[in-house]
Amino acid sequence: MDLDHLVNTIGEWLRGSGPESDIVMSSRIRLARNLAQFPFLSRADDATRGEIATVLKKGVTQLSKGLGAPLNYLNVDDLEGLDRQFLVERQLISRELSDSHGSRGVGFSDQERVSLMVNEEDHLRIQVLRSGFDLDSCWEEISHIDDLLQEQMNFAFNEEWGYLTACPTNVGTGIRVSVMLHLPALVLTKEIQKVFQALQKISLAVRGLYGEGSQAMGDFYQISNQVTLGKSEDQLLKNLKDVVPNIIAYERKVRNAMIKENRRSLHDQVSRAYGILKTAQTISSEETMHLLSSVRMGVNVGLIDDLQIPAVNELFLQTQPAHLQKLRKATLESAERNVSRAAYLRQKLAGHGGVSEN
Amino acid sequence: MKCYRCSKHATLHITEIIKSVPHELHLCEDCAQQYLKNPDSQSEEGAFKPSGTSGDKPLDELDKLLCPTCGMSFREFRNQGRLGCAHCYLAFQEELYPLLENIHGETRHCGKTPKRAPIASQKQTDLIRLRNELKQAVAAESYEQAARLRDQIQTVEAELQAEASQAT
Repeated sequence: MDLDHLVNTIGEWLRGSGPESDIVMSSRIRLARNLAQFPFLSRADDATRGEIATVLKKGVTQLSKGLGAPLNYLNVDDLEGLDRQFLVERQLISRELSDSHGSRGVGFSDQERVSLMVNEEDHLRIQVLRSGFDLDSCWEEISHIDDLLQEQMNFAFNEEWGYLTACPTNVGTGIRVSVMLHLPALVLTKEIQKVFQALQKISLAVRGLYGEGSQAMGDFYQISNQVTLGKSEDQLLKNLKDVVPNIIAYERKVRNAMIKENRRSLHDQVSRAYGILKTAQTISSEETMHLLSSVRMGVNVGLIDDLQIPAVNELFLQTQPAHLQKLRKATLESAERNVSRAAYLRQKLAGHGGVSEN
Repeated sequence: MKCYRCSKHATLHITEIIKSVPHELHLCEDCAQQYLKNPDSQSEEGAFKPSGTSGDKPLDELDKLLCPTCGMSFREFRNQGRLGCAHCYLAFQEELYPLLENIHGETRHCGKTPKRAPIASQKQTDLIRLRNELKQAVAAESYEQAARLRDQIQTVEAELQAEASQAT
């Protein structure tokens, strides 16, 4: 499969549709599963990894028929570094899978809502990603996929400990339920620290844009369950469904207060961010994310009226290093990327009249 | 490797000698700083030990604790934070309980179960064991034994396939 045709599209999760999508970028659920007849990957040599990949690749092909939707399968070990990075930026594979070694792969649907990683930390990691705050649909879809797979294969399972995973932190349900939130106002007012502390107390984890160990770029935070054993999937989903609306309400409250009390200074910050993005001649990925975050909030609170959220979401993705190089069809060094990124932003934002005057 | 304390990546690896017994700690930067500020009170709470019981055992005893199916030692697990196979959960049961309790606050699964009963789980365990023996035979260049093991693996796989097609 040729990845190049994906360059000009965005995954469904970036469409900016779905409930609360002004603040909730996406909802995601993943399940960790292992084939019962193979050792976990820490004890699997190259030959065994190859066998596991063969069984699961066949499983993905079968699943594709069961779902009535095509799944594209890629051998990740055959891909160039740039293509692997490209898939990481699209959230189709994890950094861990990209940086790992030996036989491994990924199957994903055309809308990029479903992805199945083969030979990551566990034999299989199933993921469903949707735009907005929509955990129930994610669960319904992923549980159906899990059922279809279990018609053709046996996953390691034990009555007492549930689905058995390579790391005991995932054992039981093997589920990670997460929601990606855009929280610029809470970051700006440093209220975000209070949110972190409150979440930690109820054992929810906070991570950056690309998961474990990644920085919170562009004011995006991923909130997910830490516990996987001893609670049902429904309970774990409910935990997030109960907590996230409070964070959304908090972010909205702070945004409204800023509009009310500091409208001019907020308008100034948003306008400057927009202005730099439209005119810069060289710009780093970090600065782009930072400024796009202000612009995204500006659109949501009505301070920018000639730009739509899906267009902003697309810029977040297309200005990332691998996407930029795929768009330009060239390998670019960091300094060249910064020039190219600025040109791309100028071109994309040209024709947008500017900041509203109200 | 993950930090023993939280789920972040462990960057600091500390071996502490308490009463001439070495204790290994793998921590992320934040937890390490917290630990270095006040090691005593933390270790008394047991917060930095992955397990209440095994943390007190000397390391050579952890070396002897082996999973009979895949050959992983409990010490290897402690070092890399990943188990070797599904059977390790049974083999290290006693050591894992306090760890699971610590991570999840619970030790019993409550959630989705496979729709059909797992068939022939003994055969699946056999396969993992045979693959481990094959790996060792190849490493030791015992090719005759390796060939025998390959045949055995194929036989068990064929039996499993036959049972699976009967079950559906």
